[in-house]
Amino acid sequence: MVLNNNIELLYLKDRPLGTLEAMGLFVSPFNNLLCMLLGISFTVWFTLLLVFIIVPAVFGVSFGIRRLYMKSLLKVFEWATLRIERGAKEKNHHLYKPNANGIIAKEPTSLEEELKEIRRSGSSRDLNGSSSTSTGPGPSSSEFAMSDIFYFCRRGVESIVDDEVTKRFTAEELESWNLLTRSNYNVQHISTRLTVLWGLGVVIRYCFLLPLRLTLAITGVTLLVVFTTIIGFLPNGRMKNFLSEKVHLMCYRICVRALTAIITYHHSENKPKNGGICVANHTSPIDVIILASDGCYAMVGQIHGGLMGVIQRSMVKACPHIWFERSEVKDRHLVAKRLSDHVEDKSKLPILIFPEGTCINNTSVMMFKKGSFEIASTIYPVAIKYDPRFGDAFWNSSKFGMVNYLLHMMSSWAIVCSVWYLPPMNRQEGEDAVQFANRVKAAIARQGGLVDLLWDGGLKRSKVKETFKEEQQKLYSRILVGTHEDRSRS
Amino acid sequence: MGSRASSLLREEDIEEIKKETGFSHSQITRLYSRFHSLDKGENGALSREDFQRIPELAINPLGDRIINAFFPEGEDQVNFRGFMRTLAHFRPVEDNEKNKDPSAGEPLNSRNNKLLFAFRLYDLDRDDKISRDELLQVLRMMVGVNISDEQLGSIADRTIQEADTNGDMCISFSEFIKVLEKVDVEQKMSIRFLH
Repeated sequence: MVLNNNIELLYLKDRPLGTLEAMGLFVSPFNNLLCMLLGISFTVWFTLLLVFIIVPAVFGVSFGIRRLYMKSLLKVFEWATLRIERGAKEKNHHLYKPNANGIIAKEPTSLEEELKEIRRSGSSRDLNGSSSTSTGPGPSSSEFAMSDIFYFCRRGVESIVDDEVTKRFTAEELESWNLLTRSNYNVQHISTRLTVLWGLGVVIRYCFLLPLRLTLAITGVTLLVVFTTIIGFLPNGRMKNFLSEKVHLMCYRICVRALTAIITYHHSENKPKNGGICVANHTSPIDVIILASDGCYAMVGQIHGGLMGVIQRSMVKACPHIWFERSEVKDRHLVAKRLSDHVEDKSKLPILIFPEGTCINNTSVMMFKKGSFEIASTIYPVAIKYDPRFGDAFWNSSKFGMVNYLLHMMSSWAIVCSVWYLPPMNRQEGEDAVQFANRVKAAIARQGGLVDLLWDGGLKRSKVKETFKEEQQKLYSRILVGTHEDRSRS
Repeated sequence: MGSRASSLLREEDIEEIKKETGFSHSQITRLYSRFHSLDKGENGALSREDFQRIPELAINPLGDRIINAFFPEGEDQVNFRGFMRTLAHFRPVEDNEKNKDPSAGEPLNSRNNKLLFAFRLYDLDRDDKISRDELLQVLRMMVGVNISDEQLGSIADRTIQEADTNGDMCISFSEFIKVLEKVDVEQKMSIRFLH
């Protein structure tokens, strides 16, 4: 070794060092240093991760770091809003402010009331009855008035400007900016401080939070698959159920931290029990993680391929979930039978169902499909309301795919939501499934502060049924013909 | 997302639309956001399908006629200017507008223009007359299958009889105005746009 070194030195002495060689001499000790630093930072990183995030997740405790983070973010947002408003006033810009009350004020009058009003105003000032050839008394003197179209016309244009349905399928507009590009309404450069803050936000979210969350998510999912498969080998019994519960809760809690989800559970005394069906409003696939990290449920759904399928198949080894093949989903009787069989077995976990059938943007609750309400069991309603200031949880499945959506989720500030467990409900005497479903829906909407709509969430993709138009036509015909009958009677 | 769309509308365009229609700045930006959210094809113009996607409009018996009113003769696309021009008919009539300079032309939301909008819902072929057939068509749209042809026919005949003053068995625009002279058109054909 020494001989070689001496020979090298001899060579080096004889000729001048090329720049590459010079760099080589410097890089190699630098290389070692770099490797050491990386090694140390990884170790520190993982230790911190373990201590502050994974271990609390396993035991279900919380250090309160996330809430502190949320409070500080709110302060930053407030400052940013004030700054934007002040900046806009100085530069005399018009700020785009989405009005929380809507674009127009609608009059909630019905067809009958409005037609009576129009006709009354049309003929009341006509006291002499000069041009009118009708002989009937009062406002229903003419069967058809050309002004009848005013009602339909105005309603039609009102719905073009602002309707109740289409706005439920896009993300809710925020009242003030939350430093994310995706919800930016106004020109970015109001002040350098704001732009710097925004830039800092981007760096923090994509370079620090995103990798952290991805690590956690991968950990959570891997642990879930591995542990549930292991538990699957145990014989059925109390031990298996106990372990399965613990494993599921632990992995979901890790996933919750992977999204930096800050969840507040209300009325935990009403948590769903075995043999019941839990129904909730649907905003995103994350709803499942949020509910399942606080209690154990049997999931219902279609078997997918790929990673999702792997997870589903391993979960069902540990405890009975209800997964359907694609072909079975269409068979409503089969679905109902499997659900009621599960519900009758009191040792099985409560079923988690989202009766809307599709993701809605968390400003309203749309029609509940009656399938799950036809099964004879107790319904445990749950209301989930997200706070949109920290990150929008709504999955617009026509615009974004699943991967894109998860990326959005993991690069938002946080997911903040409230979960209310409502008291259990049962179908009453003389109530059919649809009425029961509407009653449950109204309770959920009331608790979550959401608008209760009768429209079908399926309108996201499909056309509205003709029967609704036919109802309106029938109503109008009754007004026309009704007056005719009155006249013939009198 | 509708929110970012507001930055695609230039200040000059907003000023022009303000002058033509009388909407305020914030109303125009909010309506642009709405226009953008209806425009699924993101090509800056709305087609008939974009309107029909609104469920409340699709179940309106006169839905198709109303959609038609937005599209100029023979065209299949309506841009934002056209959209605003049609919506301007439904602006409420403000008192201070009545004192405006008459040489600036009649505002889009005058009583006359509102009546013209309604007239055009009946008068499909734009020949400035509502014939018996055209009246029957609109009646049929509004009542569906619930009234027989004969009954509907007699309703139409009676209506034309009452309105027709020059005996041509059609209702012209001036006859239309006369029939509705007592009706509070300004209120019934106006939408309260919030500021």
